[in-house]
Amino acid sequence: MLKEGQVRIPAGCAIAAIIDRKGGLINGSEIIKSIALMHDRSNGLGGGFAAYGIYPEHKDAYAFHIFYDNAEAQKKCEEFLFKHFNVDEAERIPTKKIPAIKNGPDIWRYFARVNRVRMRNARLDEGEYVVQCVTRVNDAYEGAYIFSSGKNMGCFKAVGYPEDVGAFYMLDKYDAYLWTAHGRFPTNTPGWWGGAHPFNVLDWSIVHNGEISSYDANRRYIEQFGYKCTMQTDTEVITYLFDHLMRHHGLPANVAADVLTAPEWDEIDRMSPEKREYFTALRSIYSGALVNGPFSVILGSGKGLLAINDRLKLRSLTAATKGDRAYFASEESAIRIVCPNPDKVWSVSGADPVFVPLEIHQKEES
Amino acid sequence: MSITAALRRYEEVNDEIQQVLLTKQKAVVHEVNGQRYLGCALDAGKTLEIHGTAGNDLACYLNGGKIILYGNGQDALGNTMGGGEIIVHGHTGDALGYGMRDGQIYIRDNVCCRGGIHMKEFRAMKPVLVIGENAGSFLGEYMSGGTIVLLGLHLKRGQKLFGSHCASGMHGGKIFVRGTFPKEHLSPNIKVVSLSAEDQKELEKYVKNYCRYFHEDYESIMKKTFKKLIPATARPYANMYISN
Repeated sequence: MLKEGQVRIPAGCAIAAIIDRKGGLINGSEIIKSIALMHDRSNGLGGGFAAYGIYPEHKDAYAFHIFYDNAEAQKKCEEFLFKHFNVDEAERIPTKKIPAIKNGPDIWRYFARVNRVRMRNARLDEGEYVVQCVTRVNDAYEGAYIFSSGKNMGCFKAVGYPEDVGAFYMLDKYDAYLWTAHGRFPTNTPGWWGGAHPFNVLDWSIVHNGEISSYDANRRYIEQFGYKCTMQTDTEVITYLFDHLMRHHGLPANVAADVLTAPEWDEIDRMSPEKREYFTALRSIYSGALVNGPFSVILGSGKGLLAINDRLKLRSLTAATKGDRAYFASEESAIRIVCPNPDKVWSVSGADPVFVPLEIHQKEES
Repeated sequence: MSITAALRRYEEVNDEIQQVLLTKQKAVVHEVNGQRYLGCALDAGKTLEIHGTAGNDLACYLNGGKIILYGNGQDALGNTMGGGEIIVHGHTGDALGYGMRDGQIYIRDNVCCRGGIHMKEFRAMKPVLVIGENAGSFLGEYMSGGTIVLLGLHLKRGQKLFGSHCASGMHGGKIFVRGTFPKEHLSPNIKVVSLSAEDQKELEKYVKNYCRYFHEDYESIMKKTFKKLIPATARPYANMYISN
């Protein structure tokens, strides 16, 4: 099979997200309805979802979702997992056979806790330990891809249209307080299962419409901190940038968003002294994390939902609110199909990241 | 004759509209939600009334027909339209009136980014874009002809008349803006001038139409001063890469 980088297919994408700020549960059928309305924005070469709050009975365990190309890959990967984690449960992710989704890998999930002895010996905190383990598998274990590694959340993705992917994973059987979704129309590269969105590490997940012109600069920057870009597609790097900025450096979501979408220097020059100092500092310290090119991106996390647009606003993104819920989608119609009368509806502009925090108490990850 | 769009494919809805307009002057579509290319290349003498959220490229290549939208538009509304009229009782997304060549668009509320991008004019063909509230960044980007009117009605505290990079690369046409506007968002190539008597006459015509369509008070709109934004040079990027 030809993977990313080996074939060029020119093309766009669809993204959508729903959050209930108070933690109320939303059935998977809603997000499927929203993303399905934008069917024509994707071409069947990738669809996926991230769901938060779906594993309450395992909420303290890391939920690893893994693609295996063959039994050998599974054997080796499990050896590694069982050594580095205490695995409570291992099972195939339930799927439904549907004609539109074919040639898939074997798809497993594991609920696991870190092996504390190994973690202490490695002198790492829990988040770093997990990220390094995930990076190791994805980099060194051929045919095994950990595509989801958060707590009480999970990504579900495949090659296909998003509505078919949702039916394949039977997402109408899951309820989550936060959903993101993606319909892929690969630019430059073909679709494969690992290259579908969302991209995830810990509980950060990214869906993205656009392309990142600064990919190599961002990759070189982020790989200095131990990350490895293994899915061979640009979006992956945004996930690691957010993990690095928010977990390693402890930046709040809005500051991390300002790093990725910092204004141009001539705009900074015209700002008030405090703002000028702020953006000058961000652009100086985090120059390698500035993301260029056309994009609309939605970051899902246990802290809430963040939506950003590139600073020149080269991709569309609409937001809406209704009561405790907030909605995002590439097209307004995809919001109205699940929320016909929003309280407020607006286009997200390039300069204004929108962060919708989750207002229920969340246990802080180490 | 009324058509219901609901969850149907746009091809089907468009076909049905065309069928109706073969024999009638007007078609009405209800429950539109995201269907693309509605009213594409609609001819003069025909009217399409749409209820709901119209999909991308509404009224693209409009060919003299009239579109009335009760609801919001999405991206690239009026894309490359060559004549006719579009009236939107709501707001619109990015790239409104993209490469518009003739005809008139009236938007009751705001428009997102790149409104009127690369509008152009030729002899008697002079496109007009009237926006009731405000506009996002890159309004009139690469504009080479035609007229944009930005009224700035009902703006709340902190809301600006237009976003950054206004008229970036503009090299023809004119933008009438009402009231105070963020000068720092104007591209360096742009001159701000007062309206001539001829400009004033032209503007009044468009504002009157706007007021008629959306029931606004003409006198109170005209109480505020308008300014005209025009390009200082017809070749803003002449020396961008090499001096010549």
